[in-house]
Amino acid sequence: MAQKIDVTKHVLVPAHTVVSEKEKKKIIEKYNLKGIELPRIFKDDPAVAHLKAKPGDIIKITRKSSTAGESVFYRRVTSA
Amino acid sequence: MAKKKKEEEKVEEAEKTPEEFPVETEPAEDIAEESADTEAPGEDAVAEEKERKPMTRERIEAIQHPVFKQVESIVFGILSPKMIKKMASAKIVTPELYDKEGYPVDGGLMDVRLGVIDPGLRCKTCGCKLKECIGHFGYIELARPVFHIKFIPIIHNLLRCTCRDCGRLLIPKNKMSSFKKHLDEVEATEGYEARQEEIKKSIAKLKTVKKCPHCRANQQKIAIDKPSTFFEGDKKLSPIEIRSRLEKVPDDDAVLYGLNPAFARPEWMVVTVLAIPPVTIRPSITLESGERSEDDLTHKLGDIVRINQRLFENINAGAPEIIIEDLWDLLQYHVTTFLDNTVAQLPPARHRSGQPLKTITQRIKSKEGRIRHNLAGKRTNFCSRTVISPDPMLGLNEVGVPAVVARKLTVPETVNEWNMAYLKKFVERGPGVYPGANYIIRPDGKRKKITEETKEAALEELQPGYVVERHLMDGDISIFNRQPSLHRMSMMCHKVKVLPYKTLRINPAVCAPYNADFDGDEMNLHIPQTEESRAEAEILMQVQTQLISPRYGLSVMGCLHDGISGNFLLTRDVEMPRENAVALLCHVGIEDFSRLPNKKVVTGREIFSVLLPSDFNFRGKSRNGKDVIIENGKLIEGVMDKTSLGGEGAGFLLRSLHKKYGPARTVDILHNILKLGIETLLITGFTAKLSDLDIPKEADDLINDTLNKAEEEAHQMIKAYEEGTLEAFPGRSVEETLELRILELLNKARTKCMNIVKEYADKTTNTIAMAESGARGSYLNISQMSACAGQQALHGSRIRKGYSGRTLSCFKKGDLSPEARGFVRHGFKHGLNPKEFFFHAIVGRDSLMDTALRTPKSGYLYRRLANAMQDLRVEYDRSVRDANYRIIQFEYGEDGIDVSRSENGKIDVQKIIDSV
Repeated sequence: MAQKIDVTKHVLVPAHTVVSEKEKKKIIEKYNLKGIELPRIFKDDPAVAHLKAKPGDIIKITRKSSTAGESVFYRRVTSA
Repeated sequence: MAKKKKEEEKVEEAEKTPEEFPVETEPAEDIAEESADTEAPGEDAVAEEKERKPMTRERIEAIQHPVFKQVESIVFGILSPKMIKKMASAKIVTPELYDKEGYPVDGGLMDVRLGVIDPGLRCKTCGCKLKECIGHFGYIELARPVFHIKFIPIIHNLLRCTCRDCGRLLIPKNKMSSFKKHLDEVEATEGYEARQEEIKKSIAKLKTVKKCPHCRANQQKIAIDKPSTFFEGDKKLSPIEIRSRLEKVPDDDAVLYGLNPAFARPEWMVVTVLAIPPVTIRPSITLESGERSEDDLTHKLGDIVRINQRLFENINAGAPEIIIEDLWDLLQYHVTTFLDNTVAQLPPARHRSGQPLKTITQRIKSKEGRIRHNLAGKRTNFCSRTVISPDPMLGLNEVGVPAVVARKLTVPETVNEWNMAYLKKFVERGPGVYPGANYIIRPDGKRKKITEETKEAALEELQPGYVVERHLMDGDISIFNRQPSLHRMSMMCHKVKVLPYKTLRINPAVCAPYNADFDGDEMNLHIPQTEESRAEAEILMQVQTQLISPRYGLSVMGCLHDGISGNFLLTRDVEMPRENAVALLCHVGIEDFSRLPNKKVVTGREIFSVLLPSDFNFRGKSRNGKDVIIENGKLIEGVMDKTSLGGEGAGFLLRSLHKKYGPARTVDILHNILKLGIETLLITGFTAKLSDLDIPKEADDLINDTLNKAEEEAHQMIKAYEEGTLEAFPGRSVEETLELRILELLNKARTKCMNIVKEYADKTTNTIAMAESGARGSYLNISQMSACAGQQALHGSRIRKGYSGRTLSCFKKGDLSPEARGFVRHGFKHGLNPKEFFFHAIVGRDSLMDTALRTPKSGYLYRRLANAMQDLRVEYDRSVRDANYRIIQFEYGEDGIDVSRSENGKIDVQKIIDSV
């Protein structure tokens, strides 16, 4: 088999980062989050596996957008 | 969870009613209440909780008019045998329906204790008459238990994951609590569906367990022989055995499985007592011959009662096992088809005529079922539907309503001191004379029809507080709609204009948002009946407010066809005496001519400028690339065409008008421009003639030259291919390359022809004017008529269908030349030769089929999309959320822009700053 590919380097994979505690609080406040409102992402999802995120963390995804140029998206980490 | 039986709801409601209004208690419901108390303690708890909540009380006080009931929660469950007996008011023992006098038999299926459907009779349970009595349940005691067909999958799952001996869930004791915890956790984080999903997964695991972890009993595989026979190994399990197994399942384990034992004990899924629905839901019809025809449900119930009786008799007489077994199966069949007559492996029960019976499931399910047809399907009064036709003299926000319709549709007007005399006149005229009235409504809600006879009495009776339903009149508010209602502009508010003849009429400029044409289209008209709904429709739904589409942020409505070509001709080359110009403007409806220059002869541009606001400035380009300049409301340079006046994304002039003067004024101006265009054409005349397509000799020669050259080139390419010197495109075979290059070559040739036609065509003709202004048709269409129709493409490539290796038998096999593969070098005016004609017909038919098949497909695609997204909305924090408040988008459209308030999806900050 071919060698392992680092998906984060792929053009179609947007930048994923773990959000800091402070920022996380801000997001929760901004969107009035109670728990299940955020979309999910598995903690072992190839795009975030290397971040070693724990369930409960929030991942910030910065995407290219055809309307806004760049848009941010948040997901909460869940266990598999 | 458990599929809901309809009866359950009734009981719930019955239980609540007496609690809140003891006075209104009806005897039948009393019984139900008791049964609910004793049978299901959980249900009681729900009711109590509702009592305790203070919120309900406050809310009721806040609302001025009393709220009698408020639904706090709904519980879905299964009726237990005990419950069925308690809520029943009669035991059904005989399949007979009526005695010799035609009176319902006691203990029969039409028993008067189950409600009444005959006028004159009184219900023995509640003492009410027809229409007052809502009906009451009965029951049958089944001789042997049978399965409820809807619960077969659940029963199967339960059997597979519980022990055959002790009935416990096949999870070891120590893991039980952790499993429960896991389920609760999943439910808390991911919701109820996720929990059910998790349970499903565990069932898949449990069915392979060999030994019960509680009592060490060996487990066997349980299979279903569809529709309703269970096998354990080779042994058939009877409903009795299965019921006894389900009885053994402890309450705690049932909870883990997803059943709430208070409302749905597993063993209740095996029916021992069958609830008989009230006669009121299965009324019989009396035919003209006086014969009675029973409802399908009654027929089916008759079968059940009959077989049940025979089974009883046979068991009591000690008949051989095999006979009892047969009857038992038959009973199972009847009960199954009573509940659902479309079970896959069972032949549906039929009438004598052969058509299948409509039983309970059929009543609820699918498009014609109770839910989609009666509950979700909204039907209204005060609406009308007919064919539509165009009337450009109507305003964009008007709709022409036939006088016949206006006499039938009404608007309620409440009488008061001040409008009394006014409304009396309507009553006086009555229903027959046009602006009249059809009904008066007394303050107690009683409706009285106005006729020639009752007119006098009604007139006398009328006083403040009464409501007069008067005929529809000019200026009334209506909502106009054309299906499919795909976007919000499919339903718009129009003002009524009563007109003669029998079609609904609209201004052709509003065809675009409705996607309507006049080849037989029908549209719907609704008349709002309350002050609130009228106000809402007027403010939110009027045509003016819908001018800018939320899809692309540009105007959907604009001039079309004659409106465009008329203004094009007017602003391009018309000059006329001032008197004629005044006459023209009069037709449009302009009465102020101060802005028309005071000279003998005025130009079309000057006439057009009269319609524009005097402080309007605009700069743009027309379709031919020349400048359009408007200064201080005067068209100084350029012509009006589709780019300035058109709809559906074009219409830059209209867009700037909208921005500067707002929707209402824009609609007015647009309407005037449209009328001006049409009037211009009415005066000058507008005819398309065959000679419009004539082109000079030299153009003809040029075209022939181009086509000859192209064909020559194609032949050379084919030659190169045959010799093997043609070079392939990357990733393509040589054959594909040849095809692509020939196709490209021929299309280029046609484009060249088009340009030649464009150059040489007589610009003064009307046909060319239409193409030039963008009103209809293009230069491509014209060149197809006067020069060359071009390559006929089937599925994106040249035609290769037909015989093996060739398209028609008159060509050699493997002939790749343009004419053998569907190139039509003649124009339609010159005429096509037989081969060309045939190719053209092939492609024409194919595209016809394609559109006919694609329309429903894309319609369904859109429907699914719309249904999936129907309850998404933009919250105040600009995030897009679903009904559970889950976030779909963090910023609406990722940029947070409301397209309908933007310019083509963008907000030009600089432009805004400049304008301030």
